[in-house]
Amino acid sequence: MNAAPQRPSFDARVHAALGNPLLKVAIDRTTGNARSKRAAAMAAWPGFAAARELGRDIKDHVIAHLDHYLVQFERNALASGAQIHWARNGPEACEMVVAICRKAGARSVTRAKSMLGEEIGLPHALEAAGIERVETDLAEHIIQLAGDPPSHIVWPALHKTREQVAELFRAHHHDPGALASVEAMVASARHELRSRFLAADVGISGANFLVADTGAVCTVTNEGNAELTTTPPRVHIVTAGIEKLVPSTAHAMTLLRLLVRSATGAELTQYTTFHCGPKRPGDLDGPTEFHIVLVDGGRTRMLAEGLADMLRCIRCGACLNHCVVYRQIGGHAYGSTYPGPMGSVLTPMLTGLAQSKDLPRACTLNGQCQEVCPVAIPLPTLLRGWRSRLWSSGLESLTVRQGLAVWRFLALHPALYRRVSGWAVRIMSWFARGGWIRRMPLAGGWTRERDLPRPPDRTFIAQYRRRMRRP
Amino acid sequence: MAKDNFRQSAEVARVGLFVTCLVDAMRPSIGFAAISLLEAAGCRVEVPLEQTCCGQPALNTGDLAGTRELAQRTITLFEPYDYIVVPSGSCAATIRVHYPELFHEEPHWRARADALAARTHELLSFLVDVRGWSPTHVSLAATATYHDSCSGLRELGIGSQPRRLLAAVDGLSLRPLEDNATCCGFGGTFCVKYPAISNAIVTEKAQHIEATGAELLLGGDLGCLMNMAGKLHRRGSGVRAFHAAEVLAGMGDGPAIGEVP
Repeated sequence: MNAAPQRPSFDARVHAALGNPLLKVAIDRTTGNARSKRAAAMAAWPGFAAARELGRDIKDHVIAHLDHYLVQFERNALASGAQIHWARNGPEACEMVVAICRKAGARSVTRAKSMLGEEIGLPHALEAAGIERVETDLAEHIIQLAGDPPSHIVWPALHKTREQVAELFRAHHHDPGALASVEAMVASARHELRSRFLAADVGISGANFLVADTGAVCTVTNEGNAELTTTPPRVHIVTAGIEKLVPSTAHAMTLLRLLVRSATGAELTQYTTFHCGPKRPGDLDGPTEFHIVLVDGGRTRMLAEGLADMLRCIRCGACLNHCVVYRQIGGHAYGSTYPGPMGSVLTPMLTGLAQSKDLPRACTLNGQCQEVCPVAIPLPTLLRGWRSRLWSSGLESLTVRQGLAVWRFLALHPALYRRVSGWAVRIMSWFARGGWIRRMPLAGGWTRERDLPRPPDRTFIAQYRRRMRRP
Repeated sequence: MAKDNFRQSAEVARVGLFVTCLVDAMRPSIGFAAISLLEAAGCRVEVPLEQTCCGQPALNTGDLAGTRELAQRTITLFEPYDYIVVPSGSCAATIRVHYPELFHEEPHWRARADALAARTHELLSFLVDVRGWSPTHVSLAATATYHDSCSGLRELGIGSQPRRLLAAVDGLSLRPLEDNATCCGFGGTFCVKYPAISNAIVTEKAQHIEATGAELLLGGDLGCLMNMAGKLHRRGSGVRAFHAAEVLAGMGDGPAIGEVP
């Protein structure tokens, strides 16, 4: 994580996001498109429910036997000529990558989009080491020019409208042209990046799957930038979380079907590549060195701390696209590498619960994320789990603790509860005009933006008692 | 309500009505509508007067010990009944889905929670799925749109039942609501803990509701209905909100949420 030392509070970030009308336009365009395409893909795929169960079981099986599959993957990757590096955490992984780059005398590295790279703070580490980093994914290219962190795990530049992107390209590209259409903008980026692909000393990618029985690394993109990142340079470095393992290529295929349909609604990405070892004698191209950095970064701790379900996540972004909160505030307001429901589960693990206590709470627990998750992660249950840790570790605010304690005491003492609720409805009625309350002390959270209906003069139980007494 | 047809007329089911703390304090007419519907569906309805809250606020705040205490009270209070019926999807889901999870380390209470969960139903789905009941001679000349509250929809599978019941109301026509599977932004304490986000969500919901052109907003959960009705009223919209049970019990010509009789 490369969190700045002093950053605005969650409320301030939310305020900034909600006050930005262009952001909402950008979020609605991309997530709206993603939701309707996903829905169409699922409607056309009768096997979804069965594939989802299979996908869940594959991931659960691997996670339950991580030790076995990690060793198998290492053995097969080594046999293919790859070099394996084990990193316990983000800083260790970054040191390893930087050391490989230095040893290769690298001045310029190209990078294909990888959320793990963001998680471990690799962009920052490369910069600190004085190594030029060229982001080659179109969206990553955009946010590199803008100096922004990603705001979505599939579309990192989702927060930028195409009009804003045109402006960025005009300011930064050498020969942007008119940029009158999306095609012209893509052409300008392609033109800009082409020479950088060929000049890079090292290419860094992530992994969508690590295939244990072949030692191969699978990447998926729609732009072909992963292939151009990993093939021309002398050295290819993969950074991958250890939860990316699958037993075989066939298992990867099941998860690919789920991943791509859930992310974009397409049946398959334009480019699906299995990278297996360095260039062999007789090969026309490929890197001469192939390094795989396997990162734990809290994953084995998740296994130990009841978050094993979250290790199934294949980073499709469907939970973000369908989240009512994400759809209003976008990714940056979360203040973490991973936004949305999956991010609100992961971030407390990665950065500590005290630093991210708003994330599990800022959720309506409506369950749509779990419903669309292609590997059936019970996200609301996991978020509730964080809330109970907030409660038991005393991180919940005093106001909430006291309020809940009073309410609970009353709810456990019905006679008192009846009396107090009887008073409460009467007191509330004092503030009503007609049938509505526009403003009331202690109810600002509700009445600032909406009216509160006037309660009845007597509660249901009081009215019911009266009726019962009558013959 | 006139006489109605129902399947299990032979045996009278003894129903304990869990009215919910919100209906108790904010809209008693929903409780009375529930009694009338359950009686029409051949049930003998009792309202345990010691009832308070199912514990959902504690559950969603992470206070599991507190939730357990409240759950034990509710279980003890409602155990004697054949069925426990709740005019709210989210409170019913708390009992049906979450009570058993609370007691995985206490087998005795787990068994009691399981037994209660199996007999607990949300009102509208109970009328259709358990009683096979549908209203007759209920009419309301109006256009309406229906909001599926999330807990009922996803935790209990309630979607078709309220629509089937409402389709039997003479003169009532239902209009589809865009993005109807999306949360209204209530989320219990969420709406007052994160009012700005909640407001953004319910504003979008209100726009969708207004776009239907319907006169009425119907739903099965008072919390969500109060959130949407409160926003609609603040926006100056003329859409009136009722719990579906009120319409089914023939109270649709009475005061809507926020209207004085």
